[in-house]
Amino acid sequence: MAVIKTRMGDGSTVEMTRDEIRADVIQGSEAAAKKGKIPTLEENEYDYLVDMFCSPSRIWGVERGHEAIMSKDGSVNTLCSSRLSSGIAAPLGREAAIRLFESAFAFDSMEVGHLDYSVKPCKFIATVEQEHMELLQHITILPLFYGFMPNLGLYYRPDGQFPNPSDLLPLGKLDEARKSQEEALEACRQDVVWLSKQMIDVSADGVNYDTVASTGDAEFLATLRACEHISGATDMAVEIGMAAEMVLGFHGELEYDGKRLAGMWPHQQMKVVEKAGASIFGPVVNTNSRKSCAWNVARAVTFVKACTAEATIPIHPNVGNGVGGVPMFEVSPIDMVTRASAAMIEIGKADGL
Amino acid sequence: MGGIKTAGDLVARMQLKKMRLNEAKAYVADKLGVSTFDLSDSTLMRTLREELDIGTVTAVPGIAKGLEAKARIADLLDIKFNCVERLKAKTGLTEAVKV
Repeated sequence: MAVIKTRMGDGSTVEMTRDEIRADVIQGSEAAAKKGKIPTLEENEYDYLVDMFCSPSRIWGVERGHEAIMSKDGSVNTLCSSRLSSGIAAPLGREAAIRLFESAFAFDSMEVGHLDYSVKPCKFIATVEQEHMELLQHITILPLFYGFMPNLGLYYRPDGQFPNPSDLLPLGKLDEARKSQEEALEACRQDVVWLSKQMIDVSADGVNYDTVASTGDAEFLATLRACEHISGATDMAVEIGMAAEMVLGFHGELEYDGKRLAGMWPHQQMKVVEKAGASIFGPVVNTNSRKSCAWNVARAVTFVKACTAEATIPIHPNVGNGVGGVPMFEVSPIDMVTRASAAMIEIGKADGL
Repeated sequence: MGGIKTAGDLVARMQLKKMRLNEAKAYVADKLGVSTFDLSDSTLMRTLREELDIGTVTAVPGIAKGLEAKARIADLLDIKFNCVERLKAKTGLTEAVKV
């Protein structure tokens, strides 16, 4: 039987037979269905994924006419930052880098953002950030977001003023840990709303709240409440991109719109994000580095398909290092990035990436 | 989709208005008088963008740049851009340049 060269979730090359790839595709989809209590993919969708992974072509793509929209997180960090953002530390200012994303890389939208990217440090340099947004609004054509992370973790000691739940929980101080999160999330919400308004003042087309719920349900609630405020009070578009596939329950009892946030999977997150008034939702599905990319892409696409099946707003799944079926490695292999991206659109019915 | 190389930026604009992909493409195609398939065709869109004077991916002297292009796109798509509204307010113009 012919042997196919494909990859594992850590990026390493692996040889598999067509039957092994098909088995992984089915098992990946079934793994998502079991976790999320959602439907598996259908037989013709398994066929598409198997054909895609068995093709020797180095790159893959969608059918002409099926192209989708690209939005971006991390601003221009892939050009200007270091390896922490898979960056190349190019000697470019942000204006030049964003122009490159518009004209050389042909992105559909782009965002201005600071290297640090968390709301807490960004608020202290908001006027600098505003200047970049104002200048770029003059010289670019594509829609420009301002992107940042709520990153509730920075509000806890030793970085912030609130007691750290990670210190309190091991001591069994559940009530204190919950109280600290409730106070911290309100401080974070206020900062997110404030920074968003600064960007409204300088004509941003939207704000992108990225890596949301990185510290669990309290951060998710802070973001949803901030989104509700900005979407309700202004005509600014809000994109919400998640940090991981499931919302961790560091608090455990927080609700939005009567729904418990802890333990939510992408299709459930989408519902509360819609309710909060967001314009675009970016679900995340984590990559398992010990499974094949065939398994990971099938699993990721199954979750995303459950999102897009019921969404009323555009869905832009995250397809980057360690998420969306792309290997967890600093340098993304183009053969797997293109396959994961195409599958998200053709099978997952994503509106963008 | 190809950004300003195609009509990707225009479709993205409509997604900011909460339109799903197919709805956004249909809206833009109708405004441009082309098919949704044409929107991703860089050959067709390069010429059309120059004719409409809404900015091109290559550097062409005389073609609308940056905010100029966005003022024309806002008019073409019949939507408001925050930066264009600000331009009007700052310059005292009540209407942007008509396409």
